[in-house]
Amino acid sequence: MKTLVRHRLFWPTAALVGLIAINAIARPAFIKITIRDGELYGALIDILRNSAPLMLVALGMTLVIATRGIDLSVGAIMAVSGAVALQIIAGSDEPNNIGVVAVAVGVAMLVSLVLGAWNGLLVSVMGIQPIIATLVLMFAGRGVALLITGGKITTVNSSPYKVIATGFFLLLPVAFLIAMAIVAIVAFVERRSALGVLTEAVGINPEASRLAGVRSRGIIWGAYIVSGLLSGIAGIIYTSNISAADANAAGLFIELYAILAVVLGGNSLMGGKFSIAGTVVGVLFIQTLDSTILFLGVSPAQSPVFFALVVVVVVLIQSPRLHRLARRVSQSRRAPQAASTPEEVAA
Amino acid sequence: MTAVDTVPRPAKVGSFRSFMSRRASLMPTFAAVAILILIFIGAQMEFGNFITPRNISSLLLDNAYLLILAVGMTFVIITSGIDLSVGSVMAFTGIWLAKLLAGGTSAIIAIPAIVLGGAVIGLLIGVLIQYFDVQPFIASLAGLFLARGLAFVVSLQSIRVENKAVLWLQSTRWHLGSWYITPTGILALLVVAVGAFVMQYTRFGRTIYAIGGNEQSARLMGLNIARTKVLVYVISGTCAGLAGLVLTAYSGAGYPRNGIGTELDAIAAVVIGGTLLTGGTGYVLGSMVGVFVFGTINTVISFMGAEQSWTRIIVGVLLLVFIVVQRAIVARAERRR
Repeated sequence: MKTLVRHRLFWPTAALVGLIAINAIARPAFIKITIRDGELYGALIDILRNSAPLMLVALGMTLVIATRGIDLSVGAIMAVSGAVALQIIAGSDEPNNIGVVAVAVGVAMLVSLVLGAWNGLLVSVMGIQPIIATLVLMFAGRGVALLITGGKITTVNSSPYKVIATGFFLLLPVAFLIAMAIVAIVAFVERRSALGVLTEAVGINPEASRLAGVRSRGIIWGAYIVSGLLSGIAGIIYTSNISAADANAAGLFIELYAILAVVLGGNSLMGGKFSIAGTVVGVLFIQTLDSTILFLGVSPAQSPVFFALVVVVVVLIQSPRLHRLARRVSQSRRAPQAASTPEEVAA
Repeated sequence: MTAVDTVPRPAKVGSFRSFMSRRASLMPTFAAVAILILIFIGAQMEFGNFITPRNISSLLLDNAYLLILAVGMTFVIITSGIDLSVGSVMAFTGIWLAKLLAGGTSAIIAIPAIVLGGAVIGLLIGVLIQYFDVQPFIASLAGLFLARGLAFVVSLQSIRVENKAVLWLQSTRWHLGSWYITPTGILALLVVAVGAFVMQYTRFGRTIYAIGGNEQSARLMGLNIARTKVLVYVISGTCAGLAGLVLTAYSGAGYPRNGIGTELDAIAAVVIGGTLLTGGTGYVLGSMVGVFVFGTINTVISFMGAEQSWTRIIVGVLLLVFIVVQRAIVARAERRR
């Protein structure tokens, strides 16, 4: 039992299960899942489907944070990638052609990969602080996206593209399957090769890992490239869901939610050890909380207040000062007991 | 004669060099001034009617809120912190002001209330950072969420301002020839002046530089780190509150969607103005130049009739250039050490 409580995923998972339980009690329909036309329906399925973009962005963010970095540009990359994909589809003669959609998705992914590589170049080669280096793209990226769409909201009517976010395959939403497949691939590569351990080494002590012969430059660069690519895919799913590329709204604040998901999953912002499963739990928690807030009848615009409270609670729980305080309280509670035993012996 | 001629010259060059090395921290700010002048000259040559009193006066008017935000941001960044919450806090205080005034509260009560509201959010952020070891980035992120949510709690729609005192701040124009200045412009310049004075000539200001230079050394010197670091965020929050007032007066309404991304504009202006994001070096007056560079680029873009999104791209490129140059300066200083 104690080892279970001590497990790093215990508290994030407990929080998620607790939140789902509260929802289930408040509205029993929440956990009801029905099958209709070979597709699963229900609030929980919606959460899984809607979590896909955040899942991908948070996954990339996990790797970047593990190298002691941060990627602020993910939302901007989402906007650019979505704009590129929709612009290609909208510009073609037959938007329902699967080949056109494939080209659009491919080009969008390539662009986001290049943007990620640009971030990595600034951080790993030029040695600029990650916050600052990715700030440049966060700032300019949305401008580029607006330029691509010509300042308008590009809309398309393309059924193959629409499938990416709203389709179902083997009862489950396609978007969720895409996200899960990518999570599985990344987890497999990181954990079944030495890459994960090397990433943690770079994050824990860059200098020591360099002396130990770890090529930190390539590892850090790779983390930003993956983050850029995954953000690009997230942008494709996002635009597919609404069939429109809104350069201002796409991925707005997603960098903040992604960082929150990483932290909620029990990962440290100081880099080093990371848990992909933790991030997945963190993302699901955020998405469930979002749905809960909506259910409470709060306007989605006001939901940031709740997230602010969650951020504060989480960082306070992680705060070393509070840990010291808690230890002192538990020690002082134990101390009188220890002091009383000799007296009892004497008596 | 030749001997007489050549002797003082090396001395002059030497004094210039020693001036530059002693004042190396001023270099980026000088570069910003040079860029501002270049943009002005270039735009004047291109359009012919760019450098006019009306244009330059409106530069201050249009960017008054950003100027106030940039002053607060300068304080924070020099302690090597960052405050992402300012744009949202500005939106919150702005819409709150509009709501209070619409509800019949007098401006004499409403204005101090919203500025205080900004200061309290700043205080929360500062306490999280100083007493709970939360990274400035994350703590101010919580502030961003909180203020943005509160703005929507106050009102989901925009609220028009009818109050005469607040509208007076914007609509009054004191003319001097074709130059003019509004009370909001004077307020912004006043904030700059106070900020520059506090930074340069008070014990508190010098402590901020000391913390940014090396927090450990500053602590060993016996400087009051905790109080200073919390106060810096309170100042930034207060500035955001004032900016909310100015923006609401400027647009004649409070709107909860105001200021999305404005924190980035403020950070960009501060960096272009020559403040090092790693802390320890920077000037409030430099940030003012940075804001004017930002504002002038905006004006040029609208003169050209091009997409406003170009502003962000050009400022992003400028930001990149400055960051790389700063990195080079820091690297050189480290090598010399």
